Amino acid sequence: MRKLTDIQEQDLQTLGLGGVGKSKKHESADKHVSGEAIYIDDRPELRGQLHAAVGQSAYAHANIKNIDLTKVKKAKGVVAVITVADVPGHVDIGPVFPGDPVLAIDKVEYLGQPIFAVAATSYDLARRAVKLAKIEYEELEPVLCVKDALAKQNFVRPPFTMKRGDSDAAIEQAGNKLSGEMYIGGQEHFYLEGQVSTAEPTEDGGMVVFSSSQHPSEVQKLVAEVLAIPLNKVIVDTRRMGGGFGGKETQAAPWACIAALLARVSKKPVKFKLSRVDDMVMTGKRHPFYNTYEVGFNNKGMIKGINITVNGDCGYSPDLSDAIVDRAMFHSDNAYYLDNATVTGNRCKTNTVSHTAFRGFGGPQGMMTIERVMDDIARHLGKDPLQVRKVNLYGQDKRNETHYHQTVEHNNLDKLVTTLADTSDYKTRRKAVADFNAQSPILKKGLALTPLKFGISFTVQHLNQAGALVHIYTDGTISLNHGGTEMGQGLFTKVAQIVAEEFKVDVDTVGVSATRTDKVPNTSPTAASSGTDLNGKAAQNAAKTIKQRLIKFAIEHFSVNKEAVKFANSQVTVGEQTFAFGEFVQLAYMNRVSLSSTGYYKTPKIHFDRATAKGRPFFYFANGAAVSEVIIDTLTGEYKLLRTDILQDVGTSLNPAIDIGQLEGGFIQGVGWLTTEELMWNDKGRLLSNNPATYKIPAISDAPPEFRVDLMPDDPNREHTVYNSKAVGEPPLMLAISVWSALRDAVSSLSGYKLSPTLDTPATPEKVLWAVEEMNAIQRLKE
Amino acid sequence: MSSFNSGRIPFINYFSVQSVKFLRLPLGQSMLFLRMALLLRVLLTNKSRINKQPHPVTGIEWKTLMTTNTIRFLHNDQLVELNNLDPNLTILQYLREEQHATGTKEGCASGDCGACTVVLAEPDGDKLSYKSVNSCIGFVGSLHGKQLITVEHLKDGDKLHPVQQSLVDNHGSQCGFCTPGFVMSAFALHKHNDSPNRAEVVEALAGNLCRCTGYRSIIDAAMTPTKDTAKDAFVKNTKKTIKQLNQITEPANLNGNNHQFYAPTNIKDLAKHLVDNPKSTLLAGGTDLALGVTQNLSTIEQLVYLGNVVELNQIEQTNTHIKLGAAVTYSRFTNLLGEQYPDLAQMIERIGSTQIRNSGTLGGNIGNASPIGDMPPAMIALNATMTLRKGEKTREIAVEDYFKDYKVTDLEKSEFIQDISIPKAQDGQHFKVYKVSKRIDDDISAVLASILIEIDGKKVKSVSMAFGGMAAIPKRAKACEKALLGKPWTQTNVDKAKKALAKDFQPMSDVRASDAYRMKVAQNLLQKCFIELQNRTIETRVANYA
Ligand SMILES: Cc1cc2nc3c(=O)[nH]c(=O)nc-3n(C[C@H](O)[C@H](O)[C@H](O)COP(=O)(O)OP(=O)(O)OC[C@H]3O[C@@H](n4cnc5c(N)ncnc54)[C@H](O)[C@@H]3O)c2cc1C
Ligand code: FES
Ligand code: FES
Repeated sequence: MRKLTDIQEQDLQTLGLGGVGKSKKHESADKHVSGEAIYIDDRPELRGQLHAAVGQSAYAHANIKNIDLTKVKKAKGVVAVITVADVPGHVDIGPVFPGDPVLAIDKVEYLGQPIFAVAATSYDLARRAVKLAKIEYEELEPVLCVKDALAKQNFVRPPFTMKRGDSDAAIEQAGNKLSGEMYIGGQEHFYLEGQVSTAEPTEDGGMVVFSSSQHPSEVQKLVAEVLAIPLNKVIVDTRRMGGGFGGKETQAAPWACIAALLARVSKKPVKFKLSRVDDMVMTGKRHPFYNTYEVGFNNKGMIKGINITVNGDCGYSPDLSDAIVDRAMFHSDNAYYLDNATVTGNRCKTNTVSHTAFRGFGGPQGMMTIERVMDDIARHLGKDPLQVRKVNLYGQDKRNETHYHQTVEHNNLDKLVTTLADTSDYKTRRKAVADFNAQSPILKKGLALTPLKFGISFTVQHLNQAGALVHIYTDGTISLNHGGTEMGQGLFTKVAQIVAEEFKVDVDTVGVSATRTDKVPNTSPTAASSGTDLNGKAAQNAAKTIKQRLIKFAIEHFSVNKEAVKFANSQVTVGEQTFAFGEFVQLAYMNRVSLSSTGYYKTPKIHFDRATAKGRPFFYFANGAAVSEVIIDTLTGEYKLLRTDILQDVGTSLNPAIDIGQLEGGFIQGVGWLTTEELMWNDKGRLLSNNPATYKIPAISDAPPEFRVDLMPDDPNREHTVYNSKAVGEPPLMLAISVWSALRDAVSSLSGYKLSPTLDTPATPEKVLWAVEEMNAIQRLKE
Repeated sequence: MSSFNSGRIPFINYFSVQSVKFLRLPLGQSMLFLRMALLLRVLLTNKSRINKQPHPVTGIEWKTLMTTNTIRFLHNDQLVELNNLDPNLTILQYLREEQHATGTKEGCASGDCGACTVVLAEPDGDKLSYKSVNSCIGFVGSLHGKQLITVEHLKDGDKLHPVQQSLVDNHGSQCGFCTPGFVMSAFALHKHNDSPNRAEVVEALAGNLCRCTGYRSIIDAAMTPTKDTAKDAFVKNTKKTIKQLNQITEPANLNGNNHQFYAPTNIKDLAKHLVDNPKSTLLAGGTDLALGVTQNLSTIEQLVYLGNVVELNQIEQTNTHIKLGAAVTYSRFTNLLGEQYPDLAQMIERIGSTQIRNSGTLGGNIGNASPIGDMPPAMIALNATMTLRKGEKTREIAVEDYFKDYKVTDLEKSEFIQDISIPKAQDGQHFKVYKVSKRIDDDISAVLASILIEIDGKKVKSVSMAFGGMAAIPKRAKACEKALLGKPWTQTNVDKAKKALAKDFQPMSDVRASDAYRMKVAQNLLQKCFIELQNRTIETRVANYA
């Protein structure tokens, strides 16, 4: 049921100009294509600017016996060299929990960990200088695999369990039982713009920092802390990032801190840009996971009881791993009702770089298990996997409570799945695939439809707040600022549309500006898909405040009643009179009306009690579904994605073009995660896939030739989000599970769809070939 | 390749995989002579655009006087003369650090992402030929005689270029960091094809990575025809540009920071120079060589650039052979070889990216002796030969005999590869080439198989096959060949041949594939060849499902 307020907001859109609901181009589109958009490395060099580099650990786990930097200090161009001893303030920059020294203290815990830093007159000289250090180590035994860590109970944070019902008993009684284990690989963010920061000392002992960061407020705090200066002496500015994807949530701060420390010592501006290889070695990635399950189900394939354990490989420190493994646990149900479920999460400590946020934040790794279970049940019972998935979808009034006891509301999962199966001709194509496979001995096709339900809100409650700052100048142009950062997702565009909508002016009237900690303070990271939900509302509130003032002024000045004041088409009508927006603003100014306001928003309704593992961690769910068709080569394991259809629920879209862009981009990023993007460490803990020649993200030919992406029509968010829209940033990544499932479907065809192949991810051609071999071997055994 | 090295994978090693460079030189030959004739006359008359700032690395100021220590090129429509500059400087560094032209981005500095894509134009008769290249792995000296076009030059006043406008209209940028590179690749494509189809777009843009968009919008944008609007400033200036470029025909030198760059224009000068300077490093496309500099921070003391040597850029054909000058780029010979061996062209289209193939050469691919280079196995299987030259002396050797051990070749000091002779296809022969890699486009092979086979009646009349990725060098599979030669072409014998492969090779595990996978795939590729020749109706290649 739509509530009255929703309808009012809807109707506003049809009234003269504003921007909401239109496919406005990205605010920087023209600058992107002309090379005029300025990223941090493009900023003009400041007088005397130096460049930073760090010396890295050569071992995954070792005590540092001695650091000899004599040669480094003498190297050409070197101006300053620091170790942790030169840090005046905090040495630990762990974002939530301690554990991340800004430079190593006596000990190194992953190969590549920064030990010392230099500032030199050029980027090249800095990079050359750090190679001259002589460091003596005492090697310690590293833990390099998640199973070892698990065996040793080597955890960065304590385990946690969510539970509803008696899963053990239910599994026993269910009639059918399956169990399994799987490895899910991690993922390098590969934002096209690597990590980069500049720090410039100010006249009062402070620092102005330009950082490619999703979380300027945290960079501000950490820079202040390492320098031992108050927060009000540090300003952090982020105009745009060349991609973030979670990789610049906590991972941007170390480089900003090091730049600031070097700037303090040298009294010169310092830029720290990581080379691609250094970036891949020294920054955290999506967590690899090792998950196990045990499931009981009836003959229809309906799950009666399930035990799932998710084990996140966190790397050497906690970073955000507590919340990431939590989210994997929260999403172990994906879109399915788990009658009697026990979900346990372990946070394993290994001697690799500390893994971190990445689009989906653990959610994708959690969903993989249950999607595998769906396929396995289907093969076991000889059913089409789609049938099994549909049987298990959350219900409307019954079977609608998650394993963390949140009721699933606004449940359009069945509608999404049914509609998509229809529009994508699932049935016909299922048959076509079978026919093709029957006559094609070498190439095999696979088809799969997977649904998606993704919880929206930070699960850390205090982060669900935002601030904004709106000014109107006397010519009627608007300046907009808020705590959210622009990383390509179109946040600035959407929020500008929202503000334009409030005043019914053209979007181009709203100027967006760099996120700055001295404009809007104490902000949350732009993460958890929450950017628009939070900042859009905050900006809307700021705009509303000014608008109320303007209305009040009009009522008083023209002695009219409220209804006589109307904003439309870049004009303000007061009774019989109509003013251009700028003209009216000028009048208000002359009559001493304040034209600037902050705005604030916090997400309502959410709560979660860790002690009981119960609550409503999510304000709402963003749902969707995807069907993918693949073809595999059973002789080499090579494959191709042939077609994907997506139907996603974005509520009422604020900007369909941007939303579709997020869906397409997130999906392909997910395809990369599950197929060709393979992180590989050797037995010493060295990252082998440390550059784009060895780590393969999807290229243009990996986009399916048929790629149909639709937004669910006429289904506004039932919650009071901004214009009843829904978040869209993270969810599409998980739609790529359909591709993995389709690959398994193709392999399974070799067994006449009787067997469910092992296919850990990433499902590289090699892994697909081994899955094919597994099927062939079992077949041979039978013959 | 790293894998055959130590099991660790230092970057450069990973093969020699990478790289970039722009070079190019496909100009018509007559033009070249014309340009030569014009050369000395213009040498002293051109105005230099001098940058007075000291170079940040070397600290050396650029001299105002023109000496032979000069390279000359057009930066958009401006003639630039550079001297006293370290020739290890890449074009990207030149743009961003020297010129403060920051529209061109660095995403990897290794030729893999395309963010640094620029376009080089060169006269081709009365037209200009435009090629996209990776500026991050091109040395600045290779610009000599070319027009360098970057993203900043595309706008006409305030008006976006049509390829830029269609990216905007199709919402083809999100974070925008990859965008300048895509713009330049699309620009180069539209310069020779103003309404490309999807396959052409995908081929042209396969060397540009985008992490945000998922590509659909970019494909749509690049497929938007630019027919009516392509009357851009470059078209208008064509005549003038050609004229300016034709005046740059002198051999070039660039010295700085005690490092030298020399770009001779004929083979005699090249040969002599190499004899006089035996420590020289040959630079063709640089798509391999430059990685040592950008990734391993090494420096090259004496660079000798082959891109302007007329004879090395020639293609000759006889009734029986195609002879490719060592510095002919992939882009120029792909179709030609494809007429003889369709499989070979399909494989070449998967070597690197359009940018890489616009710079990379056959001489460089053989020259670097990488065990995972894609052309050597094909050349070995085809029994190609090559001419090596040292001073005035030349010798012919089989490509197969060039590779001695891991990165050890038969090449002597001061010697270079002059040309490669590839036998044309003969009736009854089948040539199968299979490239297997993690990602279909722009990836290094895990295994590369080339099989030349002739079946006479039911028997194998001749067979020669070579593999990449299976040993420390590109290598012939002799035991396997023996198992097949003269035998009936049957599954039983193919099975025996597959077993024999295990005698030929003991592959290694590395970041690209495990030893077991490499062996299994090599065997299965032989199986695939068998199936393809036995029954042509069976579908066997996923890459055909574009
Ligand atoms: C992103 C990327 C992708 C790549 N993908 C592939 C791929 O898929 N398959 C593949 O095989 N390769 C690939 N490469 C490697 C490289 O592009 C090719 O090997 C290319 O053919 C090298 O040619 P070049 O002209 O650029 O060589 P250069 O880098 O100029 O030279 C390479 C070596 O050969 C020597 N050399 C050059 N010319 C001669 C000559 N005439 N005589 C003797 N020695 C000579 C040089 O001194 C140098 O040691 C890739 C590289 C990059 C950067
Ligand atoms: S910067 Fe990535 S290809 Fe040049
Ligand atoms: S738009 Fe961000 S990488 Fe392409």
